[in-house]
Amino acid sequence: MSRDDLKATFFAECEDLLDQLSEGTGELEDGTATEETVHAIFRAVHSIKGAAGAFALDTLVKFAHRLETVLDRLRSGSLVLDPDSLQVILRSGDMLAELVELAQAESDEEPPQMAELIESLVALSGAEEGGPSAPEPDEAFEFAPVAFMPMSFDAPDEEPEDVYKIRVPAIADLFRNGHDPFLLFSELVALGQLEVSCDASALPVSEAFDPDHCYLCWELTLTGTMTEASIRDAFVFLDDICEIEQVSGGSAALGGDLPGLQSEEGPMSVSEPENPSLPQVAAEEAAAEPATAASATSEPAAAEKSKAAKPAASMPQTTLRVDPERVDRLINTVGELIINQAVITQKLLASGMASNSDIMSDLDDYQYLARELQEGVMAIRAQPVKPLFQRMQRIVREAAYGLGKDVALISEGESTEVDKTLVERLAEPLTHMIRNAVDHGIESSEKRTAAGKPAQGTIKLSAAHCSGDVLIEISDDGAGLNRKRIFEKAASQGLIAADAKMTDAEIDNLLFMAGFSTAEKVTNLSGRGVGMDVVKTAITSLGGRISISSRPGLGTKFSIALPLTLAVMDGMVIHAAGETLVAPLSSVVETIRPKPKDILPFGREGRLLSIRGTYVPIVNLAKLLGFPTDAEITSDNILILIRSEQSGLVALAVDDISDQRQVVIKSLEGNYGAIEGISAATILGDGRIALIIDTDAILSLAGHFGRDMASREEMDYAQTATMG
Amino acid sequence: MINILAIDDSLTIREMVRETLSSAGFAVTTANDGQDGVDQFSKDRYDAVITDINMPKMDGFGVIEHIRGGGTNARVPILVLTTESGASLKERARAAGATGWIVKPFQDEGLISVIRRVTGAR
Repeated sequence: MSRDDLKATFFAECEDLLDQLSEGTGELEDGTATEETVHAIFRAVHSIKGAAGAFALDTLVKFAHRLETVLDRLRSGSLVLDPDSLQVILRSGDMLAELVELAQAESDEEPPQMAELIESLVALSGAEEGGPSAPEPDEAFEFAPVAFMPMSFDAPDEEPEDVYKIRVPAIADLFRNGHDPFLLFSELVALGQLEVSCDASALPVSEAFDPDHCYLCWELTLTGTMTEASIRDAFVFLDDICEIEQVSGGSAALGGDLPGLQSEEGPMSVSEPENPSLPQVAAEEAAAEPATAASATSEPAAAEKSKAAKPAASMPQTTLRVDPERVDRLINTVGELIINQAVITQKLLASGMASNSDIMSDLDDYQYLARELQEGVMAIRAQPVKPLFQRMQRIVREAAYGLGKDVALISEGESTEVDKTLVERLAEPLTHMIRNAVDHGIESSEKRTAAGKPAQGTIKLSAAHCSGDVLIEISDDGAGLNRKRIFEKAASQGLIAADAKMTDAEIDNLLFMAGFSTAEKVTNLSGRGVGMDVVKTAITSLGGRISISSRPGLGTKFSIALPLTLAVMDGMVIHAAGETLVAPLSSVVETIRPKPKDILPFGREGRLLSIRGTYVPIVNLAKLLGFPTDAEITSDNILILIRSEQSGLVALAVDDISDQRQVVIKSLEGNYGAIEGISAATILGDGRIALIIDTDAILSLAGHFGRDMASREEMDYAQTATMG
Repeated sequence: MINILAIDDSLTIREMVRETLSSAGFAVTTANDGQDGVDQFSKDRYDAVITDINMPKMDGFGVIEHIRGGGTNARVPILVLTTESGASLKERARAAGATGWIVKPFQDEGLISVIRRVTGAR
């Protein structure tokens, strides 16, 4: 595993840890936290800090350390959680998540609020301990002692040898703590010439003897050209207990630097002969237990040694990390398999094979298995929306804090799984809508109280699977859309006629128009030049639909319907001017074989469809896409009723509909280039390529085509004209 | 082959320890928390144990107590892998029965040499 892989592991792990953290802080917030919650929060922050240190992510380490200090106080009970400290902890959790994101993006930028938050954390970490300088994080991150380097013995002969005396006192717990004097001393043998003398005078001869207890002390004399540091290194875990003293040596003869050296190292070698940390009690406790260890270590040890030689095979594996490209390749191949299956079926049928023959029923099994395989492969990319929703929690907190509003986010259906790409690409539109909801949707606490609503505003974010789609809803209990203002604004911006007659829903949909903005003043949050039109574009580019509904005084709700995956879609195979095309089933409302009287002329070339008392413009799909056709629209055509938020209902005139089926989406942009009105391509059962039409783009193309059809008044006029 | 048990609740640290030690020719088994650690410890014979302190279910001190108080391989060298440093850590770790300590972030050679030192592997 390379360093980069380890880093990827780290960031994947951070995601989990941040989830645990926000879950924990959520419990702190709603008062359901237990003692274990605080421990879990602490551990999450501690783990992030520990691993971040390994990658020298200093900003992250610095911040995590501050937060950890506060959490430690909370854990030990020396800090009591009040609304203020809760806010600091919540925001710090958000900050930590942001810092992880920045670290992942390899940015060393410090978020603007970080300094302020650190100050708050320092204030909470107990100023009495010496304020900001209390726990200096940097000192806690020195590297572990560097390995000793065996000295080279080809040193010039004239270099005088050093003599060190090392006294190892009787350390009662020496054996219990896993030390082996033999190993310790043999390391010194590698450094120079070693003489060992052992003082066994303290060894009891009666039954008071405890084999776990170390009664021996040693005096070692080491002669050679080594440094004191290398000796200390060998005794690294005991260097404060053992006395290491240079009795004579060449460095003394080398002059000048010795006094400095001694004064520096002198105090270090002065150690307490009796270490208070190794209490006799421990030894007595050990003595109280029968000497199991002594026998346990000798006999079975030999037997188990052979077992130990086998490498431990069982390693806990909870998740599998796979290069996304491999999954994409797999999805692609499975897509080809599905197409291939369709090709075979079609060819067999064309060759006159009876559909109830054996081979056809085998082919049914093949189709079933291919579908299973496809679903399984799609599931690899499926991810719960939870991390996305938790990110929104942060957005709400940040936005509410920035605007001085009191807003809570409630989320539902966090475990709903969606294609990973969708999760990623939803982040931006969702962020925008959530910010909007806090900024424009939710009123100030005073206004809310005056309106008889709870002072705290609520935003609800939910996800659910709904007939092959993912339904995501963002609703707030704010003031609702101010339709009068939206209308006036749109009129003043020239987006609509000032005297246009519009339904409430149509006015609401003006929000999605390019260039539209209701914000009176550009606030820090929403004045980023991103409007709802961008959100809509993002959603439709994912093959989704967005709609809005609002009730004055009660709130606004955005509903987003998205396909479960971006790789496959349900399509309707249609024909126009001899070309085969696919229309996404999600935008098809119904298909109609019109009667001659239902088709009405409109303008010079236009046609309207009369359906259940209303009139819908008919769009000649072949003509619109530029296919050569002279055919007029007649009742021989089949009409496909398409709905779009912008243009309402439109009827697409085609020659024929042949099939309704799942198609594998092949991007055109990567292979060919973007074509207006076409979103992608697919390969049909007969191996031919069919273009997938982009219904929204088709409708806006149609708008240019016959702009005079767009407004309702003219349609009303058309109605009277044809009636009259 | 020298058999090492590494106990840490951080996947990243576990992988780093595994990577470092297996590249030096040690066999490494990992455990996700203290409880998992003592379970693993009972299943095999280890030449050294590396344990984190802050862990769910059972912390590092619990691991040390469990091993030192157990009937098998109770004198195994146990190294504490921790972000803390300084004298108080040494005292605490030693009192609990730890052989030594490694401060995170660790240097690869440092970790290897410490393991060699306590296991006697050359």
